[in-house]
Amino acid sequence: MYPSRFRYEAPSTVAEAVAMLAAADGEAKILAGGQSLIPMMKLRFAAPEMIVDINGIGGLDYHRADPDGTYRIGALCRHADLEKSAALADAQPTIAAAAPVVADPLVRTRGTLVGSVCHADPQGDWASVMVSLEGAIVAQGPKGRRSIQVADLIDGPFQTVLAPDEIATEAVVPAPRGARAGGYLKLERRVGDFATVGVAVSVEISGGSVARAGIGLTGVGPATINASDAAAALAGTVLDASAVDAAAQLAAEAAQPRSDHRGSADYKRHVVATFVRRIGAQIQRSEQEAA
Amino acid sequence: MALDEIKIGGLGASRRRVEDNRFIRGKGNYIDDIVLPGMLHMEILRSPLAHARIRFIDVSAAWAIPGVRMVLTGDMLAARNLAWMPTLSYDTQAVLATDKVRFQGQEVACVVADDPYIAKDGCEAIVVDYEPLPPIVNPTQATAPDAPLIRDDKTGQDSNVVFDWEVGDREGTDRAFAQADVTSTIEMHYPRSHPSPIEACGSIADFNRATSKLTVYMTTQAPHIIRAAVALVAELPEHMIRIVSPDLGGGFGNKVPVYPGYVVSILASILLECPVKWIEDKSGNLISTGFGRDIYLKGEMALRNDGRILGVRMHTDSDHGAFFSDAQPSKFKIGLMHSAFSCYDIPAAHLTAQGVYTNKAPGGVAYRCSFRVTEAMYFQERMVQAAASDLGMDQAEFRRVNLVRDDDFPHRTPWGFLTDSGQYAKCLDLGLEAIGYEDFLRQKAQARQRGRLLGIGISTMTEPLGAGNSREYDILGIKMFDSAELKVHMTGKALLRTGAKTQGQGHETTWAQIVAHELGIPAEDVLVEEGDTDTAPFGMGTYASRSTPVAGAAVSMVSRKIRAKARKIAAHLLEVSEEDIDWELGRFSVRGAPDRGVTIQECAIAAYSNLPDGMEPGLENNAYYDPPNLTWPFACYIATVEVDPETGVWDVLRVVAVDDCGVRINPMIVEGQIMGGLTEAYAMANMQFITFDEDGNCIGSNYMDYLLPTAWETPGFELHEVVTPCPHHPIGAKGIGECATVGGPAAFVNAVIDAIGDTGVRNIDMPLLPDRVHEAITQGHDVSGAPPVKTE
Repeated sequence: MYPSRFRYEAPSTVAEAVAMLAAADGEAKILAGGQSLIPMMKLRFAAPEMIVDINGIGGLDYHRADPDGTYRIGALCRHADLEKSAALADAQPTIAAAAPVVADPLVRTRGTLVGSVCHADPQGDWASVMVSLEGAIVAQGPKGRRSIQVADLIDGPFQTVLAPDEIATEAVVPAPRGARAGGYLKLERRVGDFATVGVAVSVEISGGSVARAGIGLTGVGPATINASDAAAALAGTVLDASAVDAAAQLAAEAAQPRSDHRGSADYKRHVVATFVRRIGAQIQRSEQEAA
Repeated sequence: MALDEIKIGGLGASRRRVEDNRFIRGKGNYIDDIVLPGMLHMEILRSPLAHARIRFIDVSAAWAIPGVRMVLTGDMLAARNLAWMPTLSYDTQAVLATDKVRFQGQEVACVVADDPYIAKDGCEAIVVDYEPLPPIVNPTQATAPDAPLIRDDKTGQDSNVVFDWEVGDREGTDRAFAQADVTSTIEMHYPRSHPSPIEACGSIADFNRATSKLTVYMTTQAPHIIRAAVALVAELPEHMIRIVSPDLGGGFGNKVPVYPGYVVSILASILLECPVKWIEDKSGNLISTGFGRDIYLKGEMALRNDGRILGVRMHTDSDHGAFFSDAQPSKFKIGLMHSAFSCYDIPAAHLTAQGVYTNKAPGGVAYRCSFRVTEAMYFQERMVQAAASDLGMDQAEFRRVNLVRDDDFPHRTPWGFLTDSGQYAKCLDLGLEAIGYEDFLRQKAQARQRGRLLGIGISTMTEPLGAGNSREYDILGIKMFDSAELKVHMTGKALLRTGAKTQGQGHETTWAQIVAHELGIPAEDVLVEEGDTDTAPFGMGTYASRSTPVAGAAVSMVSRKIRAKARKIAAHLLEVSEEDIDWELGRFSVRGAPDRGVTIQECAIAAYSNLPDGMEPGLENNAYYDPPNLTWPFACYIATVEVDPETGVWDVLRVVAVDDCGVRINPMIVEGQIMGGLTEAYAMANMQFITFDEDGNCIGSNYMDYLLPTAWETPGFELHEVVTPCPHHPIGAKGIGECATVGGPAAFVNAVIDAIGDTGVRNIDMPLLPDRVHEAITQGHDVSGAPPVKTE
């Protein structure tokens, strides 16, 4: 468990970090929480020539709502910050549901949501959650800032469209078009286990029906899956059992699982459908309790 | 007035573990904490392929790296006759591969460098050209007519079969089956499992050319066996070899075998004349060192309609990997598999066993287990459940009908062991009462009507722990006794050393308690040391739950020798004859005049200052203990579960454990052992999954896939005890360290099978992954977990 030789830099501003990345010519990696990067380096699966540690950059550890309801999560906001956030449960129920089941308590103390999304591990929880919320990543490079939908950010296993000299500075969830509801369910055998299957369902309910829906799938494809057809089956409905059932079937069809030591492809598809149904039923129950 | 034994930390005191003081303060002395002047670092290059011929190895780029001091390959070792080493089961194992690699992760080359980073760089710079060969990952493939020969290095080895072996009464068993009303059958696989102690293996070899002495700090559970092995393999004089096993971060059988890393570090130190440290990383430990289990069972049970078992037939196919390196008594090829069914009164039994080579890391390590008893008891209790089910009989009642009765001891088991004590039915009844058996059966029926699946699993077993006796038990011909040496200092404080080697069991605490019990010297006044072959008396080490039965007995016996001498000194001090001396804990007194007495401490100082004429000074002695029999603890484990019919996920509701390990020296440590064992049992049943694909790749050789349970998911355990003292052990104790790992898995699996009983499914192989349980529920057939794992 001895990494290859690397250079270590600790910039104090985003601009400085961007300049370092640009100078490194694609041979640098950004260190935020380090919960995936450091193990990969110790196993020598990753051998970057330079580490740009952004932990010394101030003002990136926030998670907050804009007055219009847009939600922003800074690049140094830890999973544990979200897990412990009192405000999050009402404002962002899907994020609140996922935060306690990401990895294990040790990883949650250091790891970051933005880093997890950019790591683009098909088994990462946060990308599915952000996809279900139509979330975006704000990236800063030498030529300025741009916003990239998470659904477009990830273009393969451990691959994103981020340029080598860009830093993701925050994740943004757009303001809801109604009351938010949602959930995240994950099949894991042990705390810290990667998801055999993870399902994120987010809805915005206005006037008793679904104004917007999103479904993201974890661990059942070469990358995070945006089950948009399944989500479309929920839009405009009152989230009745038949609508949820239709969405569950479509989500299972959207999944592209492989048979492996965690389970057969058919089994994983079945669990995707089961979890969509269960989250749908949870939302219905809480809506009824609220009414 | 006699001492209060609990107050001095004697027998029965739940004394806090003295070793924990240093462990929890970070002051332990583990292998990687040891730093010697001028020490170099070694890393191992491992094979990425499971089976391949080595065309060539180019090490020139590694040599060119600044800081690389030596690159070792199989050819270099072969020139010194060290490319192969003997195993503990009369086979040979490659130290560094010369001709072929035979499993993924096999040691191919080693680099010694100034620091471990450079050593790792050196390994990456080595070029190996492999010619891939077809890999074999299970016994069916191994015995196929066209199977490639894995051990083409062995003269006369013309198949992949390691051994064919049988034990028991074939004809008598055939007769039993001829008389049977019902014959029950079952097939299953006990999967490969890795002991994965929290600390991996490592060694620091320090050869001093000036003194010709070789000191090896090494993660070993059996330092004296290692000393003998090094003397034989390296042809060094045994008195010039010192093996030191420092604090060990767990062993679980993983630290019994001799591994190539140890051997190469020793050779490197001899060649370089400086200390060479090898610290195995966790991936290396998981992929290459002693696996446990990996055995297939076909079982048959002859039954009478009234529930009596008339006979048992078992056939096992065991997968030993590329080298037969099981550590086990030499006369038993498949360990103590034939201890199965020892708690049941069964007239006849017969076992046939075949072992095979495959392209997997060497297996067969007794992972928290006494030589295959874990597999034996698992098969036993799974077969018992299937048999009761076939008879339509209640699980508990079927066991009660067949358990050996209290007045049947000594009892000859179906395969010839002699059990000597126990209250089996009492343990079962206590367990059933604790779990609320009848109530649970009602709840289960009610839940079933609402679509919920509840289940209960029982596992009852006795197991043979504490090898020897030396008549029957040896490793490589070395008899399995053990030893203790006690030195009582002038002030009554004492130093105790044994031939065992603690690795988390708490010997430093419990051995002192035995001395306190025998001599009345407070436990805190007894320092316990183990693991240094220059100071510790010869012993066979710690595994197979043998420490308390054997070394612990030696502690009693040496204490009694000390007491006998102290009695003579007391008689001298009290000016009476020895026959007129009475003993109470910690004190001798004059019979009839109890006020006139001397303490053991007063005797100690007299041993150095005021001796009777002609008596040898000092108060020191040793004892070698060869137990007359194994010890036979009994346990009843009961688990209740709920299975989610939609996902196959199962949750444990309750676990009740009733253990009878005889007299408990330190009840807290005993309970800790039981909880630890149950945790591993739960882990094996639920999540510890390490397997192989059709290319021989080891799937799960990292802690992201090979899941060890944490406190979050481990269920609570409700512990109960029954005490039936061991009739031959000096203080009535029996082994306990492994009972729960051995007996526990079947309780969990039986519970899940019980929950889905309506499906007709008899078996799901461990671990009971959710998709396997779901497949069983939805397809209604048994689910095999045997490799190769299906991937796409």
